[in-house]
Amino acid sequence: MADKQTRVTNDPFRKYDLTLAERLYLPAIMKGMAVTISYFFKKPITIQYPEEKAYVPHRWRGRHVLKRDEFGRERCVGCQMCELACPADAITIQAGEVPPERRHLHTTERYAVTYEIDMLRCIFCGMCEEACPEAAIFLTPFYEFAEDSREKLIYTKDMLTERIGGPILYKD
Amino acid sequence: MLKQVIDKEIAQQYDVDERDLYDLNLGPSHPATHGILENRVKLDGERIVKCESHIGYCHRSFEKLSEHYSYNQVLTITDRMNYVSSMANNIGWTLAAEKLLGIEVPKLVQYVRVIMLELNRIIDHLICTGVMGVDSGAYTGFLYFMEQRERAYDIIQKMTGARLTTTFGRVGGLDRPLYNEFKQDILEWLRPLPKVIKEFHTLLTRNRIFIERLRGVSEISEERALEFGFTGPNLRAAGVSYDVRKADPFSSYSDFDFDVPVGSTGDAYDRYMVRMVEMEESMKIIKQAIENLPDGPHHADVPEVYLPEKKHVYSSMESMIYHFKIIMHGIRPPVGEVYQAIEAPNGELGFYCVSDGGPNPYRLHFRSPCLYFYQSIEELLEGGLIADAIMTMSSINVIAGELER
Repeated sequence: MADKQTRVTNDPFRKYDLTLAERLYLPAIMKGMAVTISYFFKKPITIQYPEEKAYVPHRWRGRHVLKRDEFGRERCVGCQMCELACPADAITIQAGEVPPERRHLHTTERYAVTYEIDMLRCIFCGMCEEACPEAAIFLTPFYEFAEDSREKLIYTKDMLTERIGGPILYKD
Repeated sequence: MLKQVIDKEIAQQYDVDERDLYDLNLGPSHPATHGILENRVKLDGERIVKCESHIGYCHRSFEKLSEHYSYNQVLTITDRMNYVSSMANNIGWTLAAEKLLGIEVPKLVQYVRVIMLELNRIIDHLICTGVMGVDSGAYTGFLYFMEQRERAYDIIQKMTGARLTTTFGRVGGLDRPLYNEFKQDILEWLRPLPKVIKEFHTLLTRNRIFIERLRGVSEISEERALEFGFTGPNLRAAGVSYDVRKADPFSSYSDFDFDVPVGSTGDAYDRYMVRMVEMEESMKIIKQAIENLPDGPHHADVPEVYLPEKKHVYSSMESMIYHFKIIMHGIRPPVGEVYQAIEAPNGELGFYCVSDGGPNPYRLHFRSPCLYFYQSIEELLEGGLIADAIMTMSSINVIAGELER
């Protein structure tokens, strides 16, 4: 492939032979300043964060949500596939049988008694979402997690499950 | 006591006064080193007499950890190797796993991988060249490059849902179909780039101070670079035209027409120039790939490796069985070993994987280019000034995450 090469050495920017203008340095600083000053008149791209938020696509892998189906029943059946697929071991599930009086709240007779995600361990890879066979767990575009203690960042089932009548957290 | 003995030896060896020697820890957390790089240097005035570099300060044992992960889970580890261009690592690993499994992916997937790899090459070079400006005292150009990098991250987050830890692609294809405006976004991103690169050239390339800071700094000869195992832009700057994209085309790189810039002396200035020219070549490749982007499925037809579509999992029995089998039992490649190298922005990034037929790799080795660069740092720094040491470290572009997997 010797014919398919450009050599930097043949470039007009040959390094050691500085021209007189370049040796004087002043023209170079002028040119540089011209570029810098031209940016003066451009619109700043800075985002003033807490007031103004950056664009977040809806594919964003952020906070998890446990979805309910159209009848408001929990979709999660506690199959522990997400626990298995998680590379960071952030998910802990205890599965159990649904008591008869609560049967109308679940899609099957098996459900997750406890469902915890340790947000400090989670690496937001989306493998749990991929592994879920019931379309129960999704990652949402929410990304502001800051808390003042570690305990608060272990999200339990109540915190993760979608509220009935709450905001609809969607995903493509 | 020991220190005095060592000092005496060094003083004799390098013919300096023993009392002039001064110890300095250049790193691990020093504002001038990019990442956690630990160097102990012995100074005589401002000249580095001897340098001792320690590799392994932030070792995270990725290779061992991978032995407990399934083939798709390893992707999450590769994200954290070279965090400046994490998609390149993802692509390298998926290619290695596909080679092991003997999967031929569709043309669309190959082209998208080429586009994303080149996009990552550009953003990696933007950072490297920008940081060279910062280290030589020109902060402005870095900010202009950062703006372009930020726009690239918009595309990356639209595509994968994350900025740095992308987890892009899966074994056997892409993790999800391309989003609709992908083509327009890439072209839109490319449009202002030549102008910004030209501005950067105006700011730095022919600036006398910049040239004098860079020229002749940490020169390395062709032979010495090859002995150290250099690859990528740093080897090409030394004058060897070795590029994995040309030498062993992967992911249909042979379809594209591009040049490989080659330097002559292997000093910091040549490394800078090679990277600047490479960005233009990468733009050429992306344009060609976008123009010829074929239609087709976003994954190979391998039901036992690639997860079935979600809507089929809920409705069809066969898909459900495959879904459960892949998640519970993992992907089981045949017994064997494979080496797959890609041209990552920093050089040849290789994945050597041994499989015993189980769901996890039996043994995995990442050949990261930075390790080979960093081994030469003792030789490159010795005899130079301390200011040159900073330039050397930024010009060879050592990423701590990749150096110490």
